[in-house]
Amino acid sequence: MIDTVVSPFIEFSFMRRALVGCLALSLGAPPIGVFLMLRRMSLMGDAMSHAILPGAAIGYLLAGLSLFAMSLGGFAAGLAVALAAGLVARSTVLREDASLAAFYLVSLALGVLIVSVRGSNIDLLHVLFGTVLALDDAALILVAAIATVSLAVLAVIYRPLVLECFDPQFLRSASNLSSPTHLLFLVLVVLNLVAGFQALGTLMAVGIMLLPAIAARFWAEDVSGLIVIAVLIAFVSSLSGLLLSYYANVPTGPAIILLCGVFYLLSMLLGVRGGLIYRLLPRKHLEA
Amino acid sequence: MPNQGPAIIFSDLTLGYDRHPAVHHINGEVKRGELLAVVGPNGAGKSTLLKGIIGELSPLGGSLKLDGLKKSDIAYLPQQIDIDRSFPISVFDCVATGLWREIGAWCGLDADREAEVARALATVGLVDLAHRPVGALSGGQFQRVLFARLLLQDAALILLDEPFRAVDTKTVADLIALILRWHGEGRTVLAALHDMEQVRAHFPATLLMAREVVAWGETRKVLTPTNLAKARQLVEAFDEHAEVCERDESARERQPA
Repeated sequence: MIDTVVSPFIEFSFMRRALVGCLALSLGAPPIGVFLMLRRMSLMGDAMSHAILPGAAIGYLLAGLSLFAMSLGGFAAGLAVALAAGLVARSTVLREDASLAAFYLVSLALGVLIVSVRGSNIDLLHVLFGTVLALDDAALILVAAIATVSLAVLAVIYRPLVLECFDPQFLRSASNLSSPTHLLFLVLVVLNLVAGFQALGTLMAVGIMLLPAIAARFWAEDVSGLIVIAVLIAFVSSLSGLLLSYYANVPTGPAIILLCGVFYLLSMLLGVRGGLIYRLLPRKHLEA
Repeated sequence: MPNQGPAIIFSDLTLGYDRHPAVHHINGEVKRGELLAVVGPNGAGKSTLLKGIIGELSPLGGSLKLDGLKKSDIAYLPQQIDIDRSFPISVFDCVATGLWREIGAWCGLDADREAEVARALATVGLVDLAHRPVGALSGGQFQRVLFARLLLQDAALILLDEPFRAVDTKTVADLIALILRWHGEGRTVLAALHDMEQVRAHFPATLLMAREVVAWGETRKVLTPTNLAKARQLVEAFDEHAEVCERDESARERQPA
């Protein structure tokens, strides 16, 4: 049994690299997902992943399959859309979800237009579906660096961010940190999606961010608990997803996300904090 | 607090939404340490006035001066509370956020401050619920949580917007006792209220408004049937096609250049 788990990683360096990349990703992205979920912005992650795609594609078309160009392009496009949406939401009647939808649709359309004008390319599939089994040193360093920065920044803005989710009015009345916190958080969302698309592709980067966070909601009662459980779920999904893809010969990105999905389904059924079965169990009420 | 000067000075203050005034040309001052009830019919601009003081709305005209009060010296309990009650946070942690001015974004809670939070919870009678999530509380209990947080904010100016909505009489009595305690400690308290009996019983001074000041002063003299009837008449319908208010210009012309 242990041999089944360990031997692919001992035997093949690409498996070791993939594991390191996925674990780094699992450390950085799920805490961001926890806050997205708590702010009821779960779907924003999805929209942002679409907003990043055109930027990455432009980077690819300009500089070829260059990690730096694609990351930079993706980061720039994602940040531009997030900032524009936030700015419009704070200064006009539109709510953030509506203004974000408007901007990401424009961004996506622009991306598709550019890609089709410059001619289609099969390598673009790498951008879409990731290359987890071909992570080179530069990509590993990028993913690890983003996870490090992300955790450090999250530690610094943790308390204002919790308040910004729980009681934004209070944060605004007590300090001037509301806007900077929101801004830094958006930067972290985009950074982690950029890190994710290296390994899993833009379409699935959002999965490793949100699915573990959503599954964790069924197990934890406070924010720090949610973060720890989400990271653990992402770790286990990454490891088992890599093994599944190795033994069953299926693509790695989807395998990892599907395993996150299995965790979500199990949590929804069995979770002790409002899970389905727990709620349906006939139990006598308490005295007080 | 020895300083008896004004805490807030309104000079020809107009506040509103989308150019339509909700508070129209208000003049006057709130003294330091005053316990002031702000009353008036629905749509009189009570909430708007408090939002203006906290700085959530900027004046459409005139000005509002807070004498020597920083943002962190003001505690504000809004009417439309935009708190996510399903958020996974304990009653204790929620109340502890009231210490923001002391601990800011990064300082931890030491034993003294934990004791302070526990005392605030004891004052509002919620010790037993300290470690429950806020989502488990009833409306009245949650209002007590917000008052406990106000206690910890230790603010010189406290703004309460309809603090007794959907709260039973026992809780109202407890919360009013807290407000009177703040008054005794020399804090300035403004409370927007609609229950005239409460105001008559506990608030020495009252501002009766109907977009404009109808009467302002000693509660007994303000809350007369004549004044209340006048206030009701004055709250006009929100007029989509209202003319541009010319009062600024005429006021300026009257002043010597």
